[in-house]
Amino acid sequence: MNKSKLALEQRPWAWSFIGAVLLWLATLAVAGGEAAFNIGLSALSFGALMVLVGLGQMLVVTTGPGNIDLSIPSAIGLTGAMAMRAMGGDDGGILAGLGVALAVGVAIGVCNYLLIRLLQIPPIIATMSSSFILQSLAIHVGQGLKITPPQLLSSFASGWLLHLPLLAWLVLAIALALAWILARTLFGRFLSAVGQNARAAWLAGIGVERIRCLCYVLCSVFAAACSLLIAGYSGGASLDMGNEYLLMSVAVVVIGGTSVSGGRASVAGIWGAALFLYFTNTLLNVMGLSAGGRSVLSGLIIIAVIVLSGRRRQYR
Amino acid sequence: MRLLPRHEIQSLLLPAITLAVVLAPIFWINPNTMSYFGLGLLLNLAVPMILASMAQLCIIAVNDLDLSIGAFVSLASCIAVTWLPEQPALGIAALIGCVLLYAAIGALVEFFNLPSIVVTLGLSFVWGGWALILLPMPGGATPEWLQDIMNLAIPVVPTPIVYALAIAAAGHWFLMRSAPGVRLRGAGGNPKAVVRSGGSVARAKAVMYGLAGVLGILSALSLVGITTSADANIAQRYTLLSIAAVILGGGSFIGGKVSPIGATLGAITLGIAASFLSFLEIAPKWQIGLQGAILIIVLSLRMLLSRRGERQ
Repeated sequence: MNKSKLALEQRPWAWSFIGAVLLWLATLAVAGGEAAFNIGLSALSFGALMVLVGLGQMLVVTTGPGNIDLSIPSAIGLTGAMAMRAMGGDDGGILAGLGVALAVGVAIGVCNYLLIRLLQIPPIIATMSSSFILQSLAIHVGQGLKITPPQLLSSFASGWLLHLPLLAWLVLAIALALAWILARTLFGRFLSAVGQNARAAWLAGIGVERIRCLCYVLCSVFAAACSLLIAGYSGGASLDMGNEYLLMSVAVVVIGGTSVSGGRASVAGIWGAALFLYFTNTLLNVMGLSAGGRSVLSGLIIIAVIVLSGRRRQYR
Repeated sequence: MRLLPRHEIQSLLLPAITLAVVLAPIFWINPNTMSYFGLGLLLNLAVPMILASMAQLCIIAVNDLDLSIGAFVSLASCIAVTWLPEQPALGIAALIGCVLLYAAIGALVEFFNLPSIVVTLGLSFVWGGWALILLPMPGGATPEWLQDIMNLAIPVVPTPIVYALAIAAAGHWFLMRSAPGVRLRGAGGNPKAVVRSGGSVARAKAVMYGLAGVLGILSALSLVGITTSADANIAQRYTLLSIAAVILGGGSFIGGKVSPIGATLGAITLGIAASFLSFLEIAPKWQIGLQGAILIIVLSLRMLLSRRGERQ
């Protein structure tokens, strides 16, 4: 008993998987086998999108206390509009669209980082200010835009491979690569060091600012990639398609066991938390709750999970 | 006794100048806006925005951040146009319940050492969902007395300015001058010292969150007094705008440094950004971008000024 308890304490991400499995079993009991199976498959698609954004937010959060990226929804909106414009609904424009999305992602990340660094303001304020400007830009670019994504992008985003959504495979590959990078490479170790104690890391000769910059850029690039996939999956880009991803990105990071005060990331937990949140929502839906009721209950569940994972504060 | 100490006047200089810079072109292009009626129109929607910023200020003063205030003001607006006119007892009970819930969240955040951003993000779903249940479609009817209060014609000085001054003065007196206010801010400035001197940080946070709830309700009441109806997303944008207003007004996240007068100026500045654009004949799509730009410019100036201050 004690041994398993210890094992759980060392792996905070395991809780999110346990929760996800329990919720799926509950769905199975309420909706029956076939429905639960289909819900599981769609959870992999939608969950993959949440994971992609969550991984970026996880990197930013891991760089230390107070680091968070609030510009994700507007980055998704702006990238979607610009990439759709660049592709023009044509398969031949896909490379141009990918290039634009990558460039926009990198540019947003660099701007966020520079605002934080040059103005010496908390990341929340910096990314909030930049998200205001991105929103206006997105409205400007996306005005009257009604372009369907190229056929190739749509079929990729909603495609299947070995009975599982292609999207899930792609994000799984990214997640595995990131997990390897965080655990085994110098960058990953440096990131942990910076998040745990930036000053000590600096004294040890780590390029603290370079690592922070890289994390903000990666976060925006992941948001940009997610934007392309959402547009492909849902058949077009809209300006507010990123709105729900702010709460989702923060929630999957926290529920997944990544330390909010930085220095400890958990890639596996992001997957578990994304599935957990998706199953919560569908279970409430299957039980016949209205949109308002679902919203109230998922909010309460998120708060409850955070409270359960909290520790008593001591002032010494 | 001086009304404001010197360092407070200095820190208010930047928000006041920002407001003047945004107001000047409006007055220049259309001098009519300087009249009693013109100012009343220009600042029409400022009062709910100022109250929401004061709510946010209470939370920032204890080193937290409230990402649910927009959703909360929306919910309180929905309660004000549905339950309040028809079943006043239920409406008032619901509003009191909301304040208690807010206070409980404050204590919870402190007690379990939770990240306020995440908790209030979750909370915003609770408020938003409840608002949607109450008022699935835009509508409802505002009680007469609320409309009367907001449309009150005060002679000589435009009504919104009188209300803004009253809110700023009350906020300044309570938080910056009164003994309980200073103790409450201590929970943000130096929680260790509060605990060592026998105080309770959790209690201070509960009070501040509860105050934020009260101010959020006042914001909602003043909002529906002007709009006469509501919808479930009526005040969503207040969440980020209220943070921006507090920061514009000289507040900072660290050490519970806030300024109620500054936040009032900041809220007015952000509120008239829309009018600023329409007077300059710029498309309204740039409104939120301008608000972001104002924030960045003011923060850059503040950084430059503080750097110069260090050198001297």
